[in-house]
Amino acid sequence: MSTTSEMANQGNNAVSALKMAAGEYLTFVLGNEQYGIEILKVQEIRGYDAVTQIANMPAFIKGVINLRGKIVPIVDLRIKFNLGKIEYNEFTVVIILNLNGRIVGIVVDGVSDVRELREEHLREVPALVTRIDTKYIVGLATIEQEMLILVDIEKLMSSSEMELMDAVIH
Amino acid sequence: MTVDMSQFYEVFFDEAEELLAEAERLLLGIDVAAPDVEQLNAIFRAAHSIKGGAATFGFMDMAEITHVLENLLDKIRKQEMALTNEHVDAFLAAKDVIKMQLDGHRHGSDVDAEQVNDISATLKALSEGQAAVPVEAAPAATAPQASQDTAAQVSALTVSADEQAKGIQLYDVGLPEVTEKDLSNLKDELALLGEVADYQRADNRHALLVKTDSSADDIVSICSFIVDPDALVIQVSGTAPATEAVAAVAPAAPEETAAAPADPGYGFFDNGQAGKPEENSSGKPAVAEEMGYGLFATDGQDQQEEGYGFFAPFKPHPDAPKAQMIGDENAAAALSKATADTAATVPADAPAAPREERRAQARRESDKPSAQNTESSSIRVGIEKVDQLINLVGELVITQAMIEQRVNALDPVENEALINSVSQLTRNTRDLQESVMSIRMMPMDFVFSRFPRMVRDLAGKLGKKVEFVTNGASTELDKSLIERIVDPLTHLVRNSVDHGIEKPEIRRELGKSEIGTLTLSAAHKGGSIVIEVTDDGGGLNRDKILAKAASNGLPVSESMSDTEVFSLIFAPGFSTAEVVTDVSGRGVGMDVVKRNITAMGGNIEIRSALGYGTTISISLPLTLAILDGMSVSLDKSIYVVPLNLIIETLQPRAEDLKTVTGEGLMVHVRGEYLPIIALHALFNHPTEITDPTEGVLLILEADGKKSALFVDRLVGQQQVVIKSLETNFKRIPGVSGATIMGDGSVALILDVPAITQMGQTTNYVTGGSAFANQNYSNLKNHINA
Repeated sequence: MSTTSEMANQGNNAVSALKMAAGEYLTFVLGNEQYGIEILKVQEIRGYDAVTQIANMPAFIKGVINLRGKIVPIVDLRIKFNLGKIEYNEFTVVIILNLNGRIVGIVVDGVSDVRELREEHLREVPALVTRIDTKYIVGLATIEQEMLILVDIEKLMSSSEMELMDAVIH
Repeated sequence: MTVDMSQFYEVFFDEAEELLAEAERLLLGIDVAAPDVEQLNAIFRAAHSIKGGAATFGFMDMAEITHVLENLLDKIRKQEMALTNEHVDAFLAAKDVIKMQLDGHRHGSDVDAEQVNDISATLKALSEGQAAVPVEAAPAATAPQASQDTAAQVSALTVSADEQAKGIQLYDVGLPEVTEKDLSNLKDELALLGEVADYQRADNRHALLVKTDSSADDIVSICSFIVDPDALVIQVSGTAPATEAVAAVAPAAPEETAAAPADPGYGFFDNGQAGKPEENSSGKPAVAEEMGYGLFATDGQDQQEEGYGFFAPFKPHPDAPKAQMIGDENAAAALSKATADTAATVPADAPAAPREERRAQARRESDKPSAQNTESSSIRVGIEKVDQLINLVGELVITQAMIEQRVNALDPVENEALINSVSQLTRNTRDLQESVMSIRMMPMDFVFSRFPRMVRDLAGKLGKKVEFVTNGASTELDKSLIERIVDPLTHLVRNSVDHGIEKPEIRRELGKSEIGTLTLSAAHKGGSIVIEVTDDGGGLNRDKILAKAASNGLPVSESMSDTEVFSLIFAPGFSTAEVVTDVSGRGVGMDVVKRNITAMGGNIEIRSALGYGTTISISLPLTLAILDGMSVSLDKSIYVVPLNLIIETLQPRAEDLKTVTGEGLMVHVRGEYLPIIALHALFNHPTEITDPTEGVLLILEADGKKSALFVDRLVGQQQVVIKSLETNFKRIPGVSGATIMGDGSVALILDVPAITQMGQTTNYVTGGSAFANQNYSNLKNHINA
C-alpha cells in the first residue's frame, strides 16, 4: 500500500487501535446493516417483553424491565439509529449488556452470530457524517462480502447522547 | 528470632479504642460528689491497660501520657484526693488526646503535640498540686498507724438501713496469718466486690471489713485463691451508726443463690464453693469472734500497679466478678454515696441523697441493657454480603408472590395440595424475610452513646445543669436509618439543651429542680419506631409562635390545634430572623430536620406544655428497603405512592373543581383550594381519563404543602421492596425508585416532593389540548408502538 508519510502515521495509530479491537464479536442486525459488539460485554440475550415506560424520556429509551430483580433500562438502537421498521414481536431481541457493572438492554432486529475477528479483517472508519459520532465506531470488518460495523458499545452507552446516565458523570 | 509485633498492632488499636470509649462512658457516668469506687477502678484499669499495651508496642508518647493519667487516677482511686469536676474535664481531655495519638499511630493522622504537652502538664499539675492535701475525713485516708478507735472504723465502713434494704452487708472477715503481700492482694481482690478496709485484731491477726451486696460465699471463693478458705472466719457485722436502725434486715441480693444471713449479728456459712482446687473440704469455718477494735486505713501503695491480682488489671473473670460488677453498680453507688455523706457529716446533705441515688440509678438502669448487649456473641460480616442476602430474599418474595398469583388462578378443588404447599411457602418466605431484615438492625445505642458527652459539654458551656437519660437504647433500627438519624437527633438534642432547658437560677425561681432532665428514648410502636427527645424545660409558647408565623406571612388562625401551631416551627426560615425568647432558635434548622425525617419516610411531631417542657417525637419506618405504598394506575401503568404522604383520597365533584384563567386547575377540599397535578400530564402519559371527576385525587402533603394528584384509579395498598433506578440507569425527575410487582412487572415509585415541585412549575391544563407539542407526539407514537 502506498501512502504519504502523513497518512502512514495516521494509519499506524489506527492500526494499533484496530489491533486492540481484534477479538470475538457478537454480530446483530439493525435494518439492513450488520453490527458487531465485543462479546465480553454481552451478558445474555432475551426476548422483548413487558417494558415499563418512563415519563419524559427520549423515544429510544423504551423504559425499564425486571431482570431477575434488577431494574434494567432498555434502549431501542433501531430508533436511535433510525433504522428498520420498529416492530415488537416474538422475534424482537434484547441484548443485555454488562458495561462495567452497569446493566443495559438494547433492542435489535436480530442476532446473527459470534465471529472471531483478527487484525487483518479490520479496516478503519473513514470520516463520515452519520446518526452517531464515528468515534463510537472502532472499525469496519469484511466477513463473506458483508460489511460489519464494530461499535464501542461501552463508550456509546455511557455517552451523553444516550442519556442513560446522570449528567454529572460527564 | 524476633517476633514481629506489628501483626498485633490492630488488636491493640481495637482494644485501646474500646477501652477509651469505656473510660469515657464511665467518666460521664461518674458522680463527682460521691464517685463510685468501682467506676474509678474501672477507669484506672482502662488507663493502665492502655499504658501497658502502648509501652509494649513502643508507642512511648501514649505510654507517657497514660502514665501521668494513671498516677492521678490512682490517687483519686485511693481517695488521697477528692474527685472534682476539674479532674473529670482533664480526664476527658486526656482521653481525647490519647485517642488522637492512637489515630496518629493507626491512620497516620496528625497529632497536635502542643495539646499533648498541655494535657500532660495539666494532669501533672493536678496530681502534684493536690497530692499533699489529702481530703480530710475521707474514709480511707492514709493513716499508717492503727487508730485503735472503734468510732473511726464505724465512720469508715457502715451499712445504713437504706443499704441493708438493698442487700448490702458488712462482712467481717477474719484472716489466718498472712504475709503483707497476700493481705494487699486479698484487699485488691475483695475490692472487686465492694469496699474494703483492714484492721488488726487483738491477737495480731488481720481482719478485713468488706462492704458488699455479694454473699459470704463470694468472699470465700475469692479469698480461696490466696488463703486457705477453711481458715477464714466470716461474720456479718451489723454495725451501723447509732442513728440508723440496726434492726433492719437485709434481704438477699438478687444474684445471690446461697442462703443469706438474716441475722445481722451472726452468720454461719457453709463452705459452699465445692470444686475449688485449694479446698480440702474440712467442714465449716469457725464462728466469728467479736469484731476487732481499730481500723487500719488502707496504706494503698501501688497494689494495682503491681498487677498480682487474679482479675487485674482489666480483664475481669469472665463470669462471677463481671456479673457482680454489673449487679453491684447500684449498691456500689449507694455505698460510696453513703460513705461520703457520713464522712462529710453535713446534715443538710442527707435529704438530697436519696434523690441523687435514684437519679444515678435511673441512669445506670438504662445503661444496663447496652452493657449486656455488647457481651453477647456476634460475628462480623461485611454489609455488602448482608445487602446481597436481603436482595436475594427480596427476589424470593417476589417470585413467591408470582407463584401464589398463578396458583390462585387454578381450580382450588383439583389443586388443593398444591395450594396448601404454596401457602406454607408464603409463610416460610415471610419468616425468612423478617429474619433477614433483622440482620441489618442495629441498636439505637449506636446513636444514643454519642450524646452524653455532647450534652455534658454543651451544658457546661451554657452554664446549665442537665441530667441526660436514655431509654430503650437496645431498640433496633435499620443500619441505614441509624446513620441518617444522627444529624437530626443531634440538632434536636442541642436545641433542647440550648433553648429548652432553662438556666439553674431560672429553674429555681420556677420551683423546678435546678437540674434539667433531657430524655432520649426509643421504642417500637406498631410497624414503626418512635424516637423521642424530651426536656423538662420551658416548653413552646403557642401565642408567640402564632404571632411570629403571622408576621412571617404564614397562614395561621387562632383556632389551630396545638399540634398544628407547633409544627409551624418546621416552616423554613421560621424564627431565624429574630430572637423570640422562649422559642428562640427552635426553628433554626428545624425545617432541615423535618426534611431529613420525611426523606426517611418518617414523621415528626411536637408536644409541648408551656413551662413544663417539650417532647419532639420522630416516628420512622423500621427499614428503608420496604415501603408502604398505594398503587395507582394510569392507563395500563402502575405507579406506587408512599402511603405516609397521602392524607386522603377522594373523587371530586364537578362543582369542587375551580380554575384560574381557565387553566390552573384546583380542587376545593374542606375550605382549602389545592392545586391539581395531573400525573398523566406531568408524565406525558396518554390515558382515557382526563376529567378529574372520573378519576381519583390523592391529597398529598410534601414539604408542608398540600396538593392533589390526579390519577386514573386506585389499585391497592401494599408493601413494596424499593429498588434503585440509579444502579443501572439514572435519576428520573418525579420518580424516587422502582419496585417489582407480584406479576414480575416493574412499577415506578413516585417522588412526591419532586412531583409537587414539578406541578408548581409546570403550566398545563388537565385536558388533552395543551399537549400538542413535538415531544409529546413523539412519545405517544412510541408508547402506542
